[in-house]
Amino acid sequence: MTAQEIHDILKAQFGDAVLEAKLENVPDPFAKVQADRILDIAAFVRGDERLQFDYLMCLSGVDYKGKLGVTYHLYSMVHRHKFVLKVEVPTDAPNVPSVESVWKTADWHEREAFDLYGLNFTGHPDLRRILLPYDWEGHPLRKDYQTPEYYNGMKVPY
Amino acid sequence: MGLLDQKFESSNVVITTMDDLLNWARLSSLWQMQFGLACCAIEMMAASASNFDMMRFGVIPRATPRQCDVMIVSGTVTLKMASRIKRLYDQMSEPRYVISMGSCSNCGGPYWEHGYHVLKGVDRVIPVDVYVPGCPPRPEALIEGLIKLQEKIRNESLVQKKAV
Amino acid sequence: MTETTETIKTSTGRVLRTEEMVVNMGPQHPSTHGVLRLEVVLDGEIVVDVIPHMGYLHRCFEKHCEHMTSYQQVVPYVDRMDYVASMTNEMAYAVAAEKLLKIEVPERVHYIRIIMSELQRIASHLIAIGTFGIDMGAFTPFLYYFRDRERILELFEMTCGARLLYNYIWIGGLSHDLPPGFIEKTREFITDFKKTLKEVNDLLNYNEIFIKRTANVGVLPKDLAINYACSGPMLRGSGVSWDLRRDDPYTLYDRFEWDVIVGKGEMGTVGDVWDRNMVRQREMWESLRIIEQALASLPEGDVQKAIPKRIRPVPGDAYGRVEGPRGELGFYIVAEDSVTPYRIKARAPAFVNLSVINEISKGAMLADLVAIIGSIDIVLGEVDR
Repeated sequence: MTAQEIHDILKAQFGDAVLEAKLENVPDPFAKVQADRILDIAAFVRGDERLQFDYLMCLSGVDYKGKLGVTYHLYSMVHRHKFVLKVEVPTDAPNVPSVESVWKTADWHEREAFDLYGLNFTGHPDLRRILLPYDWEGHPLRKDYQTPEYYNGMKVPY
Repeated sequence: MGLLDQKFESSNVVITTMDDLLNWARLSSLWQMQFGLACCAIEMMAASASNFDMMRFGVIPRATPRQCDVMIVSGTVTLKMASRIKRLYDQMSEPRYVISMGSCSNCGGPYWEHGYHVLKGVDRVIPVDVYVPGCPPRPEALIEGLIKLQEKIRNESLVQKKAV
Repeated sequence: MTETTETIKTSTGRVLRTEEMVVNMGPQHPSTHGVLRLEVVLDGEIVVDVIPHMGYLHRCFEKHCEHMTSYQQVVPYVDRMDYVASMTNEMAYAVAAEKLLKIEVPERVHYIRIIMSELQRIASHLIAIGTFGIDMGAFTPFLYYFRDRERILELFEMTCGARLLYNYIWIGGLSHDLPPGFIEKTREFITDFKKTLKEVNDLLNYNEIFIKRTANVGVLPKDLAINYACSGPMLRGSGVSWDLRRDDPYTLYDRFEWDVIVGKGEMGTVGDVWDRNMVRQREMWESLRIIEQALASLPEGDVQKAIPKRIRPVPGDAYGRVEGPRGELGFYIVAEDSVTPYRIKARAPAFVNLSVINEISKGAMLADLVAIIGSIDIVLGEVDR
């Protein structure tokens, strides 16, 4: 199925929740959707007969300076088509519904995005840091992150 | 008996100093602490495997720090791992030695500038005897470092009284 | 969790308490393959819950990418991510970046990349099976396999001068062409290696003790594997015929003839530890087939022709993925109008594969947990990045 057809199905189902899309002349066609509807959309694209996106390839957090984003790379093992969903949330209220209940693999990806970007995935069963120590302060992949001078008495900069 | 029976003809007495005897024994069976951190651990594995065979120097990997003489810090030490390395080092019985293998554990390596979670040199938490440069060092380089450590042990004295 | 129905008493009549306990495994443990820490909840010898703690090797790869002065500078850091299979890492990054930049590379580059990444796949599987053998109490295969791995490293060394971290596959090309004598030496290696492969296969994989330890252990069902986005030998071991080299072809893999190996449950259930290990073992034969074909039809050309002098992509993003030894290795690159990458996310197969460990080790014995970790074939550099 082409990206245009996938987009049309999404648009027909969710209407205004699909904000904008870029389907041609890009390496990976994508659609931006409303952040608070992502769980519904995820459940729909996984369950729908025509789409069947059963494989979440990657879930990445991105800092767009002022906004935080999450990118979902979807793949269907059945129909062998790809699509990309993007959501954006303000940095001071980074709440995104968790898609862990749809794809189990999102569990650790979301924990990582929470750890490195401070994205708050609402409804995630176990949202705690995954890579950094539990007592670490701040979210290092944010563009305005300052490396601390000391951590537990150890000097951090060279 | 190989070479020894050619050297000693009639006597069964060998005269040496206590220091030399102890040091010879210690440097010939440096048991290594078996834990790998990063890329260098693969080269450390290669060094103990078939082609380089580090066991011919008496280096046998042991999984518990209580039985080890030398700790080879093979790879990047992160801030999360640093306290564990300190603890493992504390659990080793003296005399104990540390080989810092590779740029990362020497000084932070390629992660020195932006590595917010990397300890810039393992010598910030534990004392190091031999630094092996390289990213990663070849197995030959690690063996060279080991021989350097053996030289160091050969010149030490366990018997001599020291001011504490 | 098993319910204790009757109280256990000592011979003196004292009633023993039974309760769950927590055992800490790692980060320094001989069979966690690096610095993984597992918090294992045990009911006697039965595993109730496994809580992995990672990050002991978190080296801030993604932060470094954002501070480089060019896209090419990321390649050495990519190497250090999955240090057991650096060539395929570079390949994945190059595929993603070329997709973003819309670069066409010459055929010779594609062929050499395929040869290198298949050799790397063999080298990586040799470590995986060798160390897995050690975990299961078989030391000899490790020595055999490391002997032959050194010969692959020699081939890499004569090509680019490094044994482990190569910086060989660049965006748009390669750092060096193949050196003289490479093709002959590789053919020699293939001939010799086939003997070892057969020998060790008989020695290890059909060993009665090994089968007893691995068959029917850590069974990963098909739909769970897909839901957890497992890939590589993990997914194929569960009986899903899925290989990106065939199903989402990149470079020129569609030109070669080879088979996708899947687990069939010969010794037990489909998707058990034995199957996963056997997929790796048999994949090496297929890799040899690909290398032989690629060597036979290697085209001529300049390997550095397509390397861009200065990379400044159009703002946008691209996700490129390849089939690494551990599974789907992807790079998500976000570019702005700059010579520095804005954001690079690595989709590490080991990270994703490891997330399934709690599901597949429930109800297993503690000793089986070691087998399960070994069969996932994790590399902590990639899990933690």
